[in-house]
Amino acid sequence: MISQFFVLSQRGDNIVFRDYRGDVQKGSAEIFFRKVKFWSEDAEEEAPPVFNVDGVNYFHVKVVGLLFVATMRTNTSPSLVLELLQRIARVIKDYLGVLSEDSLRKNFVLVYELLDEVIDFGYVQTTSTEVLKSYVFNEPIVVDAARLPPLGPASLFMQGSKRMPGTAITKSVVANEPGGRKREEIFVDIIEKISVTFSSSGYILTSEIDGTIQMKSYLTGNPEIRLALTDELTIGRGGRSIYDYGGSSGSGAVILDDCNFHESVHLDSFDVDRTLSLVPPDGEFPVMNYRITQEFKPPFRINTLIEEAGQLRAEVMLKIRAEFPSSITANTIVVQMPLPKYTTRVSFELEPGAVGQTTDFKESNRRLEWSLKKIIGGSEHTLRAKLTFSQELHGNITKEAGPVSMTFTVPMYNPSRLQVKYLQIAKKSKTYNPYRWVRYVTQANSYVARI
Amino acid sequence: MAPPPVYNQRSPSPSQPSGKGEVSDLKMQLRQLAGSRAPGTDDAKRDLFKKVISYMTIGIDVSSVFSEMVMCSATSDIVLKKMCYLYVGNYAKHNPDLSLLTINFLQRDCKDEDPMIRGLALRSLCSLRVANLVEYLVGPLGSGLKDSNNYVRMVAAMGVLKLYHISASTCVDADFPTTLKHLMLDDPDAQVVANCLSALQEIWSLEASKSEEASREREGLLSKPVVYYLLNRIKEFNEWAQCIVLELVAKYVPSDSNDIFDIMNLLEDRLQHANGAVVLATIKVFLHLTLSMTDVHQQVYERIKAPLLTLMSSGSPEQSYAVLSHLHLLVMRAPYIFSSDYKNFYCQYNEPFYVKKLKLEMLTAVANESNTYEIVTELCEYAANVDIPIARESIRAVGKIALQQYDVNAIVDRLLQFLEMEKDYVTAETLVLVKDLLRKYPQWSHDCIAVVGNISSKNVQEPKAKAALIWMLGEYAQDMQDAPYILESLIENWDEEHSAEVRLHLLSAVMKCFLRRPPETQKALGDALASGLADFHQDVHDRALLYYRLLQYDVSVAERVVNPPKQAVSVFADTQSSEIKDRIFDEFNSLSVVYQKPSYMFTDKEHRGPFAFSEELGSLSIGVESADNIVTAQRVEANDKDLLLGTSEKEESRGPGNNGSAYNAPAYDGSPALTAAPQTQLDLVSLDHTPAASVSSTSLAIDDLLGLGLPVASTPAPPPPPALELNPKAVLDPNSFQQKWRQLPISISQEISISPQGITALTTPQALIRHMQGQSIHCMASGGQAPNFKFFFFAQKAKESSNYLVECIINTSASKAQLKIKADDQSTSEAFSSLFQSALSKFGLP
Repeated sequence: MISQFFVLSQRGDNIVFRDYRGDVQKGSAEIFFRKVKFWSEDAEEEAPPVFNVDGVNYFHVKVVGLLFVATMRTNTSPSLVLELLQRIARVIKDYLGVLSEDSLRKNFVLVYELLDEVIDFGYVQTTSTEVLKSYVFNEPIVVDAARLPPLGPASLFMQGSKRMPGTAITKSVVANEPGGRKREEIFVDIIEKISVTFSSSGYILTSEIDGTIQMKSYLTGNPEIRLALTDELTIGRGGRSIYDYGGSSGSGAVILDDCNFHESVHLDSFDVDRTLSLVPPDGEFPVMNYRITQEFKPPFRINTLIEEAGQLRAEVMLKIRAEFPSSITANTIVVQMPLPKYTTRVSFELEPGAVGQTTDFKESNRRLEWSLKKIIGGSEHTLRAKLTFSQELHGNITKEAGPVSMTFTVPMYNPSRLQVKYLQIAKKSKTYNPYRWVRYVTQANSYVARI
Repeated sequence: MAPPPVYNQRSPSPSQPSGKGEVSDLKMQLRQLAGSRAPGTDDAKRDLFKKVISYMTIGIDVSSVFSEMVMCSATSDIVLKKMCYLYVGNYAKHNPDLSLLTINFLQRDCKDEDPMIRGLALRSLCSLRVANLVEYLVGPLGSGLKDSNNYVRMVAAMGVLKLYHISASTCVDADFPTTLKHLMLDDPDAQVVANCLSALQEIWSLEASKSEEASREREGLLSKPVVYYLLNRIKEFNEWAQCIVLELVAKYVPSDSNDIFDIMNLLEDRLQHANGAVVLATIKVFLHLTLSMTDVHQQVYERIKAPLLTLMSSGSPEQSYAVLSHLHLLVMRAPYIFSSDYKNFYCQYNEPFYVKKLKLEMLTAVANESNTYEIVTELCEYAANVDIPIARESIRAVGKIALQQYDVNAIVDRLLQFLEMEKDYVTAETLVLVKDLLRKYPQWSHDCIAVVGNISSKNVQEPKAKAALIWMLGEYAQDMQDAPYILESLIENWDEEHSAEVRLHLLSAVMKCFLRRPPETQKALGDALASGLADFHQDVHDRALLYYRLLQYDVSVAERVVNPPKQAVSVFADTQSSEIKDRIFDEFNSLSVVYQKPSYMFTDKEHRGPFAFSEELGSLSIGVESADNIVTAQRVEANDKDLLLGTSEKEESRGPGNNGSAYNAPAYDGSPALTAAPQTQLDLVSLDHTPAASVSSTSLAIDDLLGLGLPVASTPAPPPPPALELNPKAVLDPNSFQQKWRQLPISISQEISISPQGITALTTPQALIRHMQGQSIHCMASGGQAPNFKFFFFAQKAKESSNYLVECIINTSASKAQLKIKADDQSTSEAFSSLFQSALSKFGLP
């Protein structure tokens, strides 16, 4: 039974604070914040999402730099509370369009109204934006999205391709647009987060795709929707070890290790024709989550060379090759590499004619950072860096540096090749033809090359 | 007027208004608006209300505008009403007098024609938390529960629970729990049903200690009709309510295997739910239902693997953390299930520390012959990483795997390579591990010592690592050329050594070194003893003195004490007893799993959830500090009384004649139990009598003793053995135990003495449990620490499924055991009692 719910800013200010049962002291937010802030002397050890201080259990999740916290004295399911906190954040985002400290502060009365209906006396009532709509009467005060840092998977679509209306994903599900009528539209996003670890010789040690089919519907009247996926889709890898590569590639088959579905999804014909039918509730929600360990072609290859060049010097060469078609462009690429701790100075040398690339040596944590605005498929980019050390290195330099890690976003590309074949909306009338957006994006989760 | 409540201690930050002036401004403005009917008033009010609430949130006390807020609340604007309700709910508790002002308009709103308003008003009315207002709640709640609108009924069900917490008697007197029960069983709206269930669980478990009826009602929630009714509607509930229902089902005791399969088939698709809470709750049901069916239980492990891995990787790091904690618990019970999925537990670059740490624990747990090489290779990558906390954890993980005995050769090589990396923290962690490894695998000393000898003690600063290095210097003084000199230089810096642990190790090491290489070490030893005797730390001082006296007395004795031949350690002690682990497993899908301790260790008694069996034992480990043993024992008993055993105590006092046993009177009524102990067979168990005397009741016992070659011949002729044989493979699941314990009256309750051998052997509960198991008496649960231990045992007749249940509280310092025996077949409880006592008496005998 949840005693209190509160949202703290990065500085520890209460933005909203709701007490449901009155059995935890009022100063809990402060106790919590102090505990999280000074969890350990070592800054790298973060406070775990659940901990207990003097018989009070504190749960928290971090969303866009805000801390969503619940306290309670009873023993309960941690996944329930953590899931709930995430869900509250999502409901608030559905209502406000954007979730940020600013939008929360402007709309705290609305947030209180939501919280009253989401939890009663510590018991969860509902987190469905759809259901909540009939209980909540405040109008959101929409903050200007353009000034805000992007948030959540859908925000990936904010940059890049023009086909994607940037305002849509930051649109409140309840607020009317300036013109009065709401636009009928539905977004289906296939978001794949990939994790790859390359060995020092470039061999793939592990690879995994964590995929989500995310939906956000602005359709009135809740029409039924049918979503047809790739035909050659199998689930479960049978008796084979999931890391048993080979054999599966080449054919067009997409093999999911496992998947799960939102509760609104009907799977009646899923086994027959890989079609999901559902009446999408309002707000953003994952239709389906899936996990793939089937081998796939990684979008980038990373080559790293680090060599000692004299007693107090070394040279690093980083080479990135984009291994996807040239019709596709990756954006916001950042390559990072920890350098030996005696590194005092780094001079960079970009390739001639490089555009939109920046380099930096972060002295505080001895890290090399190379940012590229975009990379076109098939191209290759190189960075050379000369390192100067304050002390002679002993031992192997490769043990003192690395691994190289990379973050990126590749719109309109998904390595699993899972496709939405069609998106059918039950028609209300002949003229009813809402906008449908089916979008793909790939994002690096943990993309690491050892050296 | 009541003093202003201290709402929040935090002083507002500079950017926020300080309060006072603004609050009185607000008060003025609200007053002006209160009577106004001008158009636009509502908008103006909204702005003011918002200000009031924003002050409230940041911790400024705005209770002084209470009456103005109430005056302004006469409005039809629902947004205004809601803000007003929020405000009132926040301050009512501290301003009971003012709250009376709100009753009127809230009661009126409870009769509004808009169900929204009715519901909201009812919710606020019940949230006032003011005891003297409860009389105003009963009427609106009663009509709320009968309201035609589901929203109002939903709010009313929760309202009943709120009322219960303000005034339990008012709630019970109005017969609201019964109304809730009817509503739960036939309301068409699933959320109403769920709220009724939540409210009833809470009310009835709190009432159960006071009323027998409530405890029966609580049991009733777990009855087949109720559980099936809820299960059949499972898809109507929203995901959160499903969790509540599933949590209830996990406690259901199925009648047969068809029952189990029906439930599992019904819930199968819940495992594909995107909400991790639903999946984990379902898994708990599956695991608990199949506990007694080994094969199916294994299949369940296979089935839940994929969904758990998906949850782990698809959610936020926080959710992964919760799921990983559960994976860790499962893998401890069944290491093989994830042994081929070990790559899922490789750390990802961007994961937070708490996730990585759990993953490392998973990797150590799943390591086996076939995957150790790859896992250790991966761990070595992390050890070389720039992320220092993870590097440390990884080295520890490598060490743990080495101690599990897989592929030690390769691992020792790897560890020694760590020492060559010349990173201080890597060296430190590795030294600690090498020390442990040497204790287990002395055969590696040659290789290890060669490398360790090259480490400069100046590069080792962390106390644990330093202590480990010093230990090795002492232990292998023979093989390490420089040992005496290194020790000598360390002793020279005695005063700069801040860690007492290191100084203690230094003393022992220099002693060992001296005993092997006296001429070289003599000076160092003298210095060390002198420094040790002057040390301000008590333990260091005492150890130095002990060594000094030993040497003075006899060097060969000193040798035997300080440097006896050592046996290699085969298994390092597990930090957690298997009982604790089982208990955590019982509390699957709760914080117990995350904290790795049962709920009684971190929850106050009144906040433990309904149906928690663990509470009984929980009270055990608390309250053992007292020196007065009898009092402690009583305290244990007292704790029990107001917990779960409450009902059985009552039954007992209601009909003491029931079973006609002379032992029925409670044995702990204050008189010193030592003397009051029943005479009959107790001598058999007590002190220094020849064990032969205990060969009393059973043929079983005689066999055993004969087998041990003890002097049986001198025994007086044993009484005819009772015809009672126990089933050595008896099984009973915790739920049925708990139910039986509640239902059955106490057949025998007595106190007996325990032999000193028994007391000596009872260092941990496990020792006794193993012993009793050998006597076909099985342990259901145990707990406590010296001197108080508590056990629940059960046994079954060999040929029929007639059970005996025993509660056994042992106080080791008084050498007493208190027994309470309950039996399905009470006519044989005497026979069982003697069997039990005889089994107990043999505990600790060679």
